Amino acid sequence: MKINIKYFGMIAETAGKNEEILEVDEGIFARELKARQIKTYQIADPESVQLAVNQNLNTEVELKEGDEVAFLPPFAGG
Amino acid sequence: MDKKKPKKVFMQGAIPPEKIAKSIANHQSKTNIGAHSIFLGQVRADEIDCKTVSAIDYSAYEEMAEQVFHEIREDAFSKFDITCAHIYHSLGEVKTGELCLFVFTSSAHRKIAIEACNYFVEEIKAKVPIFGKEIFEDQTHQWKVNK
Repeated sequence: MKINIKYFGMIAETAGKNEEILEVDEGIFARELKARQIKTYQIADPESVQLAVNQNLNTEVELKEGDEVAFLPPFAGG
Repeated sequence: MDKKKPKKVFMQGAIPPEKIAKSIANHQSKTNIGAHSIFLGQVRADEIDCKTVSAIDYSAYEEMAEQVFHEIREDAFSKFDITCAHIYHSLGEVKTGELCLFVFTSSAHRKIAIEACNYFVEEIKAKVPIFGKEIFEDQTHQWKVNK
């Protein structure tokens, strides 16, 4: 199944891209995708990375075809 | 009415000081208001390892950020007896000394306006997916993290 991935801030800079579509196995959890992408792109300080699945912060969710998963570095608004 | 409308928060570049004056003027017809509280975030020329910040380039996960701003507004209106609330945040480059955040709350009395304004600022800093690239005078950069 296909998952739409978005990268922001420092993570986009490290990955060298703002988004990509990944083909993944059915039944994968958000936290598994997080671990996989952190390894792929050697993303620094993985503890600080938050995932939003369809705009909700949650890694304990099973991904579905067409989900949008955003990799978010620490927030810096204001 | 005021609290239900989804509002556009982001604007490109620095928030002009004239916008703050205009917002104040726009509330002079609302005579049930007795107090306004305003927070203005300004980009600071931090010095890090002998290099000085000259600007912050803001980006955001805009769709999620607009949704989170909306939720913060809904929470604020349920917690505080405010008349109205306005939030503006910059995207793109904002130079040191320029404004990047404008929060404006109004109420019948000062305590509520001040508490609500503070609530908005803390919630925005903690919950909204906004990212800041601190650009130094020599054009190198580092990524800002809220404390």
